[in-house]
Amino acid sequence: MKHQPSTRQLERIAYRRGRAIRSVLLAAASTAVVGTLLAVGITGAPGWDRVKQSFFDPDAAVKYLPEILEGLWLNLKLLVVCATLALTLGLIIAVLRTLRGPVFFPVRALATGYTYSFRGLPLIIVIYLFAFGIPGLRLNGTPDVLWLGAAAIIVTYGAYLAEVFRAGIESVHPSQISAARSLGLSYPQAMRHVVLPQAVRRVSPPLLNDTVALQKDVGLISLAGPIDAIRAAQIGVAQDANFTPYIVAGVLFVLLALPLIGVTDWVTLRAARRQNAGT
Amino acid sequence: MLLECHQVRKVFGDNVILDGLSLDVGEHEVVALIGASGSGKSTLLRCVNLLTEIDDGTIHLDGDEITDPRADPDQVRQRIGLVFQSYNLFPHMTVLDNITLAPVRVHKKPLTEARDQARQWLDRVGLADKAGSYPDRLSGGQQQRVAIVRALVNNPRLLLLDEVTSALDPELVGEVLTMIRDLKGEGMTMVLATHEMGFAKQVADRVAFLDGGKVLEQGPPEQVLGDPVEARTRQFLARIIEAGRL
Repeated sequence: MKHQPSTRQLERIAYRRGRAIRSVLLAAASTAVVGTLLAVGITGAPGWDRVKQSFFDPDAAVKYLPEILEGLWLNLKLLVVCATLALTLGLIIAVLRTLRGPVFFPVRALATGYTYSFRGLPLIIVIYLFAFGIPGLRLNGTPDVLWLGAAAIIVTYGAYLAEVFRAGIESVHPSQISAARSLGLSYPQAMRHVVLPQAVRRVSPPLLNDTVALQKDVGLISLAGPIDAIRAAQIGVAQDANFTPYIVAGVLFVLLALPLIGVTDWVTLRAARRQNAGT
Repeated sequence: MLLECHQVRKVFGDNVILDGLSLDVGEHEVVALIGASGSGKSTLLRCVNLLTEIDDGTIHLDGDEITDPRADPDQVRQRIGLVFQSYNLFPHMTVLDNITLAPVRVHKKPLTEARDQARQWLDRVGLADKAGSYPDRLSGGQQQRVAIVRALVNNPRLLLLDEVTSALDPELVGEVLTMIRDLKGEGMTMVLATHEMGFAKQVADRVAFLDGGKVLEQGPPEQVLGDPVEARTRQFLARIIEAGRL
């Protein structure tokens, strides 16, 4: 038999629906007010016409779009390479930092020193050091500036990602290692099959978030010389004395980040749901 | 003797947990460890499995000294199964993967063979339909039975059970105890730390009462639980009866 809600329950439903409609209307109204104020504030500003001309010039945008897109392709390739290698480096460093016993002291000390120094060092300085300092040594076989810049990004982000991985490893309860060891698994096997899969799953939202940050910081490689999207835009800006190419590059970066941000949100949501389901 | 613990000492800081404890376990024997919380039952089991390093004494398994610093702990643990109070299943693996992890990775069994064996075990304990489930979808009793199977597929010489029913709702205790009773029927050598005096009475060949880091009194269950010699044992049992657990 179908359940017939009582009058009291029907009243409750009606009341809640009324409240819900009211909040939607309120939200719409306040959004409209804020939006209008912003639009009026910006377009009504005394310098708006000049800003519009030098930042939002459609002709300049179309003119430099092909070069910027070509540069963006370089950013995309760099992102894939840097993200993969930085994640690998971070994972290795994090595992090295968990090793116990006096034999591993030098390894542990080096790994700790690395995460401490490279998290503190500004990325721009690391890029300068790598891209201009290393070629300055005049060693044979010094790689291209592009690779040196990429190495600077990898080394800097590896230090951040190592700490994220380490937090994940430490969040796995020691009883999990006890259980794995009691079954006869060695420490590396317990790490590989029991601890790391759980650790990585737990920290995948912050890891992806750092990857989003990485995807825009890849643009800093332009400081070392390679023509990426930002560099291409800069050239355009210098030629026409118009800032529109920067806006174009900025919009393209946001578009590039959107899918990754979407994935991050989805993974975070899923992780939260799993957590709430209990362990 | 299958297991010989001789003068085992374990200290945590200023806290002496095991103070020269000696205990022998024969093949096919089931020994129940009883005693107050903190009396060293769990510590002893962890020491036997080499998860905790002892501070003095010796432990022999099948005549080999496993506390020899040159002994490979991984090899020793392959001969001893340990089941924990809180199950400690691996939450990111299905029931089947939990069970086959050690056979495949440690004993290098082919995956299909390990899976067949695991399925047979699950079938035996009535969990065949849970093979593909993750641990968080199982009740406590089901999880604990999977944990016992996970220890058994390695064909251990000795099974250590650390208060395996303490975290369970009362109505789920029975299914786990039935499984342990069946194992005794098959001749599995077991050492179990427990608060279930009634069960200790039924299943154990010998009950050992731990107090002050030693085995204060041991013997057949009827004697130790029914007519203990030591005053401390009587006090402990009186508290248990007071709590309605005997």
